[in-house]
Amino acid sequence: MTAQAGRQAVEASPAAFLFQRLRGALAYGLRNPMLAAGLLILLLLLAIGWLGPLFVSPELAQPASAPPDLAPSAEYPLGTDDQGRNLLAVAIVGLPLTLQVGFIAGAVALGLGTILGVVAGYVGGVVDAVIRGLADILLTVPGLVVLVTIAASIRGVISVTVMALVVASLAWMWPTRTIRAQVLTLRQRSYVQVAKMSGMRTHEVIFFELLPNLLPYLAASFVTSTGAAVLASVGLEALGLGPQNEPTLGMTIYWAISFNALVRGLWWWWLMPIVLIVLLFMSLFLVSSGLDELSNPRRRRKYR
Amino acid sequence: MATTEPPRRVLRLSRSHVLRRIGLFFLVVWGAATLNFFLPRLAPGDPIRERLFRMSTQGGYTQQGIEEMVKAYQAEFGLDQPLWLQYLRYLRDIVQLDFGYSLTLYPAKAIDLIMSALPWTIMLLLVSTILSFVLGTLLGAGLAWRKSPRSLHITVGPLLALSAIPYYMLGLILVYVFAFVLHLFPLSGGYTAGQLPTMTPAFFLDVLHHSVLPAASIVLTSMGSWALGMRGMMVTTEGEDYMTFAEMRGLRDRTVFLWYGLRNAILPQFTSLALALGHIVSGALIVEVIFTYPGVGSLLFQAIQGADYFLIYGIVFMVVVAIALATLLVDLAYPLLDPRIRTGSK
Repeated sequence: MTAQAGRQAVEASPAAFLFQRLRGALAYGLRNPMLAAGLLILLLLLAIGWLGPLFVSPELAQPASAPPDLAPSAEYPLGTDDQGRNLLAVAIVGLPLTLQVGFIAGAVALGLGTILGVVAGYVGGVVDAVIRGLADILLTVPGLVVLVTIAASIRGVISVTVMALVVASLAWMWPTRTIRAQVLTLRQRSYVQVAKMSGMRTHEVIFFELLPNLLPYLAASFVTSTGAAVLASVGLEALGLGPQNEPTLGMTIYWAISFNALVRGLWWWWLMPIVLIVLLFMSLFLVSSGLDELSNPRRRRKYR
Repeated sequence: MATTEPPRRVLRLSRSHVLRRIGLFFLVVWGAATLNFFLPRLAPGDPIRERLFRMSTQGGYTQQGIEEMVKAYQAEFGLDQPLWLQYLRYLRDIVQLDFGYSLTLYPAKAIDLIMSALPWTIMLLLVSTILSFVLGTLLGAGLAWRKSPRSLHITVGPLLALSAIPYYMLGLILVYVFAFVLHLFPLSGGYTAGQLPTMTPAFFLDVLHHSVLPAASIVLTSMGSWALGMRGMMVTTEGEDYMTFAEMRGLRDRTVFLWYGLRNAILPQFTSLALALGHIVSGALIVEVIFTYPGVGSLLFQAIQGADYFLIYGIVFMVVVAIALATLLVDLAYPLLDPRIRTGSK
């Protein structure tokens, strides 16, 4: 694919090339509706965070900026909570924060997983045994429960970034396992063998031969890791272990639970975070299924 | 299940498997205990002091009394001794399931609180896990089978959507619709408040009534992944010769489906069961919070809210042990289910 694109870039002008690629992407999106729909929802969710502050001041997400417990109305489209937060503002501030936790944790987990997976798969031997053993053991451990220990111990200093790192600390095992498996198949290929025999060093083979071929796979893994990280962080936050002063979606659920919003019939309070999180999961699921199709050549060939 | 292999080799192979698995179990338990020991010591701040300070601002104790209490706690836990000695003492206590006292409910020991909550969680999880496993597996097998009714296939979409959302989110919606609006089920709790837990049928029905919604939110959200996994496996079974042969022999559809198709496709599902347990438990703990179900999840929530560190660490340790044990049992039972593993061909 890259070789073909390179040839086209040389032949045509940059603008025509860009246009062609765009048209190709659009045509591909139409044939891969899962990816297109997923990206569309994700873009919509991102737009809430980007464009929202133009219409509603983020300061209204702080307590006591509105009368408490109001049902949705013209003035407060998503209602207000027990402490007088404008829930529309909470959605606009909280959604990007939750996305941020997911993206940071997903990136860190995938980064760690890629390094460990590539090293384990390529170097092999004792290194492989140690890394695989550690990942296997940690996979059987209930992640959320162990994260509770970690988050509870550093409760006072939890910020959005720390939250993401806590979640990432137990999210690298699955990427490690799957990337290791991919590397094992790649290292047997002839071009890697040739590179090795032509005197390339280990890290050169990894960077120039293995990683470029893993990229489509890594993209799909990143989406999966992000989804898993959002799931874990919202779970921790719902238990009250999130950043106490940030109105993330998980913390909104926590406040709604601790103030008995359910029993008191304040449905708008907990429904907003649920709808947004479910939409987020749907979009990530669709994107990862779509990317899976893209990165799996056997399935992609159908569309050519 | 006759095998052509000499029996001694079978025994030796499974014994090393068993020993390795048991070793892994103890490794996980030891790891969890060690994490619980070192994390609070690496973390900024002193949990005990923080907790007691909190109490002082609420209860109006004097500052001096606090320092004495902190000292008393430090002496109790031997915090003045070298770290390795503390660690060994700690491991000894853990083996005896002694997690110290609860800070919020002081005279109560953490282990007693956990032990009274554990049966609720285990029952809820046992029933809902088995239910979702059986229903999901059957549904998945049905989805892949050519002769199943067309109407079955429209369930795929909703199932996918349900399995994409966390357990507790569906729980919130279920409580609102079926308990708050329709009054069909109780809003919260494990049994009607004020009633004494007894062994009568009436009390049992009451417990059952209270467990329907929490169980449903777990079953509905985890069924999808079982169904999808099973469908994948069943599709490969579908093309096997023995399936065609069984059909040609004129066996009844139900027999072919259950004993030739399902039985051969189900094995990998048990491996997934072992891996999925941790995931289910993590989700179920938050489900309990939403339904104020008297299990470990609600206890954990209270402990976190009250900064009751010994109770938190005790619960985490017990849950890790419980899941590790369940995974161990599933893994050990697996060779009994799969004759291929017993003969050593892996």
